[in-house]
Amino acid sequence: MSFVPGSDTISQILSILFYVVFIVFLFYGQRIQMYVMIREVEGSLYKLKYIKEEGRKIAIETIKEIGKPQTDPSARVDRYLEYFTIQPQSMDPAGIVYKLDHILDVRDSRLKDEVKIMAPASDEVQVNNLENTLEAAMALNFIYKVIRHYYIQGKKTLSLYVIMQLQMILPLVMKEAEAYASALKAFAYGQPIGDGAAPLVAARLMHGCEVRKVPKDCVVATVPIEGRTAFIIKAEGPGGNVGKPGDAVKAVIEENKGKIASVIMIDAGLKLEGETVGEVAEGIGAAIGGPGVDQYKIEDALVKYHIPIYAVIVKEDIGDAVSPMRKEIADSADKAIERVKNVILERTKEGDKVIIAGVGNTIGIGQ
Amino acid sequence: MSENSSPATTKISTYLMMIVLIVLALSIVALMLSVNAFIVGNEVVAGYLLIIGFIAMTLSVYVLLQSRKRVASMKIEAPKVMTTVECRKCGFKSIRDFQRGDFVFKELEACQKCDDKMMITAIYKEVKEKEKTYPF
Repeated sequence: MSFVPGSDTISQILSILFYVVFIVFLFYGQRIQMYVMIREVEGSLYKLKYIKEEGRKIAIETIKEIGKPQTDPSARVDRYLEYFTIQPQSMDPAGIVYKLDHILDVRDSRLKDEVKIMAPASDEVQVNNLENTLEAAMALNFIYKVIRHYYIQGKKTLSLYVIMQLQMILPLVMKEAEAYASALKAFAYGQPIGDGAAPLVAARLMHGCEVRKVPKDCVVATVPIEGRTAFIIKAEGPGGNVGKPGDAVKAVIEENKGKIASVIMIDAGLKLEGETVGEVAEGIGAAIGGPGVDQYKIEDALVKYHIPIYAVIVKEDIGDAVSPMRKEIADSADKAIERVKNVILERTKEGDKVIIAGVGNTIGIGQ
Repeated sequence: MSENSSPATTKISTYLMMIVLIVLALSIVALMLSVNAFIVGNEVVAGYLLIIGFIAMTLSVYVLLQSRKRVASMKIEAPKVMTTVECRKCGFKSIRDFQRGDFVFKELEACQKCDDKMMITAIYKEVKEKEKTYPF
C-alpha cells in the first residue's frame, strides 16, 4: 500500500510520512493550534511590553525635563504606575454616586499631589499634562499586566479556551494600547487630542468673551447667540483636564434658579466601523462618558427643573479619541457649531437662556 | 514615540526560523531528487517531488516574509502634528510644525503683514487613510 504510485523507496517514505502527519494532526491538532495561538499572543505581548516601557520612559523623561526634580523620579513613577482605585460597595446602591464621586476626587487630588512632588518646577498646566501622561502610562502598564496574566495562566493550564479568548480579543486590546502609546507624546507635549473636539467647539464659541471659573476645574462664558443668552461651559485649558461638567452645569442651572430653556451637550462619540471620522450627529440625552457621576448630576438637575437636553456628537474611534487630533475632527468643529445653532433656533425662543457644555479633555485648547 | 524598536520586539522566534530553514532545505532536496528521478526516467515520481518541493518552498518563503512583516509593524510611528497660525485682522495664515507650548487660541508674535497679534487657530495631525474600502 503506498500513497504515491510506484514501489520505489521514495514513494514508500512519502507514504509513511503522509500517515505520520495524518496521525499527528488527528491526536495533537488542537495542541498544535494552541501553540500557534500562544505564539501569536507572545508576539503581541512583546509589543505591549515595548509600548509599556516606552510609556514609562517618556513619562520619566518628561518629568525630568519639565519638573526639574532634585532626585531621580523613576522609583516614584514606578509606584505611581501601580496605583489602583477600589470601587465603592454596591450591595446597597443608595448614594453610591456620591461615594464614587468622593473616591474619584480623592484619587485625583492624590495623583496631582504625587505629580507636584515628582515635578516641583512645573506650573498648573504642566502638572495636568504630566498627570495625563502618567495616566496613559498607567493604562499601558495595566493592559500589559492583564494580558501577561492570562498568557501565563493559559500556558500553565494549557487550556485552549483561555488562550483562545485572549487571542480573540487581542486585536482590540492592541488597538487600544497603540492609541494610548500615541496619546503619551500628545500628553507630554500638550497637543490637543481627539477627545478635545467638544472643548474646541466650546472654546470657539466663547473665545473673546469674559470667562469665569466654575466648580470643578471648568470655565463658563456668557455669550449672545441668535438672540439667546448662552452659557458656554468647558474644562479649563490648555492643560490636560476634563473638569467636572456635572458640577459646572448644575452650578449654572442653580445660579439661574432653573430658568434655562435647554441644555445642549457636545461630546466626542465612538463611531462604528464604516462611519466617517468627524461626522457630526445629533440626539437627545446627556452626552458625557466617564464613570457616570457627572451624567447623574446633570440628569438630576434637569429633572428637578424639567429642562430638555440635546446632544451633539463628533464621531471618532477610540484610537482617534486619545491620539493627537485629526484634521477631520478639527475641521468638524465648525459643523458642530452650525448644528448647535440650529438646535438653539429650533428648540428655544429669543431671549431664552441655554447652556452649551463641551465635554472632553481640553489639553492643548485654551479659551 | 520613538521610531526604533527594542531588541525584544525585533527578535523573530528561533524555533520559527529553524522550522522554516528545515522546510526550505527539504524542499531543495525534493527538487534535486525530482531532477534525479527525471534523469533516471521515473517521470511520475519526478512530477510528485517537483510539486512537493515547490509547495514546501513557497510555504517557507511565505512564513518568513510574514514574520518579517510582523516585525516591521512593531515600530510605532510618531504622527506629524501641525499648527495653524492666523491673523484675525488681515486673514494671513501659516502652517508650521507643532512646537512644545503651542495651544489653540494662544497669542503669538505680530503678523508679518499688518502688525496685529497672530493666534493659533488649530492644531492637528493629518492621517493618510490606508484602510481597505468596502462595498457598504
